[in-house]
Parts: sequence; structure tokens; C-alpha cells
Amino acid sequence: MLDSLTSTAAVDTLAQVVQNPAVQESLFVMIMKGFSNYAVPFLLLTIPILGFIKKVKVYETFIEGAKEGFEVAVKIIPYLVAILVAIGMFRASGAMGYLVKILSPLTNLIGMPAETLPVALMRPLSGSGSLGIVTELMKVHGPDSFIGRLASTMFGSTETTFYVIAVYFGSVGVRKTRHAISSGLLGDLVGMLMAVFICRVVFG
Amino acid sequence: MLNYIWLGLMVISIVVGALTGNLAAVTDAAVAYAAMAVEIALGLIGIMALWLGIMKIAEEGGIIRILSRLIRPIAKWLFPDIPPDHPAIGTMLMNIIANWLGLGNASTPLGLKAMKELQSLNKVKDTATNSMVVFLALNTASITFIPMTVIAVRVELGSANPFEIISTGIVASTCACITAVIAAKLLQRLPKNRRSNPDLLPDAPQDQEVENA
Repeated sequence: MLDSLTSTAAVDTLAQVVQNPAVQESLFVMIMKGFSNYAVPFLLLTIPILGFIKKVKVYETFIEGAKEGFEVAVKIIPYLVAILVAIGMFRASGAMGYLVKILSPLTNLIGMPAETLPVALMRPLSGSGSLGIVTELMKVHGPDSFIGRLASTMFGSTETTFYVIAVYFGSVGVRKTRHAISSGLLGDLVGMLMAVFICRVVFG
Repeated sequence: MLNYIWLGLMVISIVVGALTGNLAAVTDAAVAYAAMAVEIALGLIGIMALWLGIMKIAEEGGIIRILSRLIRPIAKWLFPDIPPDHPAIGTMLMNIIANWLGLGNASTPLGLKAMKELQSLNKVKDTATNSMVVFLALNTASITFIPMTVIAVRVELGSANPFEIISTGIVASTCACITAVIAAKLLQRLPKNRRSNPDLLPDAPQDQEVENA
């Protein structure tokens, strides 16, 4: 759930890595990195300039928009407390271990190592929690083991569904989310299954 | 759905916690996570203000409208309830691009701005519209081109090729994204979700009340 807060640090680490000649980087990574590094300064430059050309009073308009920042952040609080408390309690209770035991016969059928099941179950609930599990798995099995590669792929294959739902709907005061959770979780399920399938194909 | 999941998580946590003697840890977690939720929300204030300010300029300057026009064919299918020139479309496009570029700090404020635009078209303010659910599907199952966080961990743990999971991640996240959007589109046809669809409600007087509130 702290993905958005940690990504800046991740960009810095990525930059260091890409500068390291020992690491084989693809053209794709270079292009994406270029876009990522220049997108924000590009927007911060072009939007005010284009606005100015179109005779927008840029400073005054900025203030008018920025005023709402506080309100939006405060509005999210009750939604985020509800979701995060439930998830935090679930993580602390140790219920995950039992869930893994119940579901492991199913995962064996599709060739998914039982060790990676907690990643799949935790990913929609908690970004930092699932990253912790992925890190632990890579420490034990090695980042270049099948389990390490699969866990990494799983982590990158979807977002923290419950966090996104709480923040996005919370910011506008929507409580009745209708089929948003079902759609998001179906996406997560297919993402996890595809991660297993594609890793079997690519990494054996 | 959220009612069941939320209650389920709380009940399971306390029952399992009590049976395994983890109850104290569960209580501590409840307190700690409540505090963390506030920290996360307050941490958003600065970055929210920055992007909401910039987006206001973009809106007044007509930039958002131009963006909206660029993706009209796709937007028409994804969000049939939104007028094609509406600023919601352009704002959602910016959020999605920020997601693809891995700009976590920008994508959330842009996404929340888009939600605000969507909410301005919503007749029932406490209920999600079909367009909101599709937009949420695009965000909860976003396509990830470079999962930077996990790559950073792989580097730290001495992987021989920390980037090798990029291609597998793109395949898996694209499938997840397509599934979530199609699921949103199909589930909105269920009788239950038709009945709760704010766009299908007749313009009853109480809707105006909600809007004024």
C-alpha cells in the first residue's frame, strides 16, 4: 500500500542499476526509464506554458486548484482506516497460514509452488505486506530461482486492489462500490494465474 | 461485496487470533494500522495540492479537452455514459499514462482528480457509476511496464538479471487489466447492478437533494 510512497526511492535505485554496466539492460528499459524521468518535468513545464499562452492566469488558477488538496486527503481518512485496520488485523492474526493450507491442494494442480500462494493472496490486500513476502521468498530461494522469479512477476502483475478502492472512492465519498471489488479481484485472480502460466513457459 | 469482505476480515482475524493466542497482536495491529491510514492520507496533501493545481491550469487552458478528443474512440466504448469532450476523459488518460510510466506519486492525484470529474456527472453521490467501476478496474489491475519496487529488491538481493521479470509482468498485468475491464462491463449487466446504476435511475426529486447536499 506504500507503493506510491516508495516508488521514488525505487526510481533512484533503478537509475543506479541502469548506470551499472554489469547489468544487462534492454532498449525497452532505457526508453521507459527515459519517459519516467522526464514525464513529470515535462508536464510541470508544458502545462503552465500552454495555459499562459491561452491567457490563463497561471498562478491564481494553480492556487484555486491546489486548495482542494487538503480536503481530498482528509476525506480519504475514514475509508482508509476501515480498510487498513481490517487488513492489518488479518495479517497479524496468522489466518493467512490457514488459508494457504486450505488452498494449497488447488495450487498444486496448476503447477504453482505452495510457497508463492501467500503472495497471490496478500497482493490485493497490502502492497507492503506482499512485498515483504516476495522479499522473504527471494532471500530463501534466491531471486533467480523459479519461486523468486514467479513471486516477482506476481507482485508486478497487479495493484493493491483494496487500497485503490478505498482511496479512489473515498476521495469522492462513494460508499456503495457496486461491482468494483468483484471486477478488481477477478483481474487479480487472472493476473496471478497468468503469472504462473507465463513463468512456466518462460522460466521452465 | 465490500460489506462481506470487511466483516469477514475482522471476524476471521479475531477468531483466529483468539484461537492461536495472537489476540494481542491483532489488537496492536488495529491501532497501528488506524494510525498508519491517517499518516498515508496526510502524506498525500502536498502532492495532491501540486497536481490539482497543475490540472486546474490544464483544464482552464483547454489541454484536458484536447486529450479527451485524442482517445474518443476508445473512451466511447469504455465510458459510454460520459460526454466525449468532458474533462473526465482527459484526466483519466493522464492517470493511466502516469500508471504505465510507474509515476506512483503523480498517478494517484491524477486518478483522484478524475474521480472528482466522474462524480460531477453522478446523480447518486454515494453510489459508484458504471464509468467509475471501469476506471477503478483500469487502476486496480493496471498494466505495469516496469515494476520498479520489486526490481529494486531483486537488485539488492544480487539477482543476475533483475529485469528479466519485466516481460512476464507485462503479460500477466495486461491479462489482469483486460479481465478486470471486461468483468466490469459484464457485471454491470447483472440485474442487481442495473438496479443500483445511478445512470438508470429516473430523475427523482430526492436526487436533486443529494446533489445539493
